[in-house]
Amino acid sequence: MSNMNLYSRGDKFFVRINMVLVGLFTLATLYPFIYIAAVSLSSGMAARSGVVVLTPVETTLAAYQTILVQSEFWISYLNTFIYTIGGTIMSLLIVIPGAYALSRPQLLGRKYWNLIVAFTMWFNAGMIPFWLNMRDLGLLDSYWGIIIGFAVNAFNIILLRNFFESIPSSFEEAARMDGANEFQILWKVFIPLSKPAIATITLFCVVARWNGFFWAMILLQDEDKVPLQVFLRKTIAELSDDHEFSASLLTSAFSAETVNAAIIVCSIIPVLLFYPFIQKYFNKGILLGGVKE
Amino acid sequence: MTNLQKKSRWLIEHFKKEWQIYVLLAPAMIWFFTFLYTPMYGLQIAFKDYSIFKGIAGSPWIGFEHFQTLFENDDFIRAIKNTAILSAYNLLFAFPAPIILALMFNEILKEWYKKGAQTIVYLPHFISTVILAGIVITAFSPSAGIVNTVLGWFGVDPVYFLSKPEWFRPIFIGAGIWQEAGFASIVFLAAIAGVNPSLYESAAVDGASRWQMMWKITIPSILPTILIMLIIRIGNLLEVSFELVILLYQPATYVTADVVNTFIYRQGIQSGQYDLAAAAGLFNAVVAFILVMTANTISKRYSRTSLW
Repeated sequence: MSNMNLYSRGDKFFVRINMVLVGLFTLATLYPFIYIAAVSLSSGMAARSGVVVLTPVETTLAAYQTILVQSEFWISYLNTFIYTIGGTIMSLLIVIPGAYALSRPQLLGRKYWNLIVAFTMWFNAGMIPFWLNMRDLGLLDSYWGIIIGFAVNAFNIILLRNFFESIPSSFEEAARMDGANEFQILWKVFIPLSKPAIATITLFCVVARWNGFFWAMILLQDEDKVPLQVFLRKTIAELSDDHEFSASLLTSAFSAETVNAAIIVCSIIPVLLFYPFIQKYFNKGILLGGVKE
Repeated sequence: MTNLQKKSRWLIEHFKKEWQIYVLLAPAMIWFFTFLYTPMYGLQIAFKDYSIFKGIAGSPWIGFEHFQTLFENDDFIRAIKNTAILSAYNLLFAFPAPIILALMFNEILKEWYKKGAQTIVYLPHFISTVILAGIVITAFSPSAGIVNTVLGWFGVDPVYFLSKPEWFRPIFIGAGIWQEAGFASIVFLAAIAGVNPSLYESAAVDGASRWQMMWKITIPSILPTILIMLIIRIGNLLEVSFELVILLYQPATYVTADVVNTFIYRQGIQSGQYDLAAAAGLFNAVVAFILVMTANTISKRYSRTSLW
């Protein structure tokens, strides 16, 4: 529709108003990031007195210096990498072969296997039985609990299965003629042909593990094992609860607000670095691929 | 040879030939049974007086006692009410937002402007709930937050928004729209991209304005996608992102903020009343199941669009 000519004055007006509105929404989306960055670089005094609006006031790195010397910060950062990389690899190891098997016509009871997967999208036992089960499996306070316990979800399997099903069988026939077995066909034919779909579910896994907070909070008690998000939440809660602490900082170079903002910036930076690489996968209709059963 | 023998021979042959796909399927199925179906077996504690020492199977049955306790508990009733209200607000405000946004993106003729705006509005989807909450807490802080700073310019005294029950819902819904509206618009943009261009061409020949084309062509064409997303939304209605609730609420705002899942979290994980909390979870899951089934049936009947 973009190549079409504008016919009337009404159209021109409509298009311009629309551009302004989209621009405003975009700025409103962007603003909180700018604001947080500005607060993180301002002095505690300035942040406390509410004069920071767009750019840092009394620019200082004091807030960053307070965080970056904390060993808990670095430990939790490392843990997040372990959970994200380990969890994503585990997920792909289970989801790719599973989706492939479910896409094979010769699989006996295929309809029922698929139902077992899809049913979990409509009904789940809920928080408490899941937690008790993790406890009974001995996965509380364990790296494995986070890495395995959240490895699979029905949506990703179905998305990938649909993609595998859409690959014409002519692709695998040549390999079969050469005597390739199922493992080889999956590895040499289906996986190379499914790169966009696999990239999409990889992206979902990475984002889910990087951002995962609730289960990490309730499954992990040991402070050496918590990921960044749990550390973040703890720090933010402590800073905003502890009024005495905040008051004592009134005159210092940093305050609860600036430390808060600095931690937020530190944990967004990897996402921003990663963002340009994942962006090219968005615009594909693939996001809807898992929806149509 | 009997039929049974024939069949079992055929099965043996089948597994000899095709064992590899079952090997490939096994990890996924083991995972589903271990992590999602075993907890369903554990759901029976909703009808039991569960004790850790007796275990799930060994604890005595008590029927619907927990459900009775729940429905006599004002906090639980309040949690159901709050969940329903937040869900309704979500449907009303957060659901249409990405649709409107996608329609607006579609009307932008300058490609660079569109790409740039999309790059920015997709971004919040990738930040965590903890960060989202951190931003909200900072922005709405009574002493330092930008919201109170701006209000101060107009002579309004600082308000501690996050401790005010009446502000919880608008803040919660607004934060949700800020985070998800952009990314959720992708699905609708994909649907719009699939609309047959000849429809627009013939409408243009007839002298239709862009506004008319949007209403008469684009929106009707993406209606099936809207319906599918609506079904998914309704199925997840009760899931109101309770992570965000946990991060933003405080005892002062429980009256509007406490939802079923946060109630379950406090009763179950924090206070250790596993059986009662599991009963509340079962109630939640059953209502969700009914909702998604109903939505799917209705959609099937009226539009031949369904999830399965």
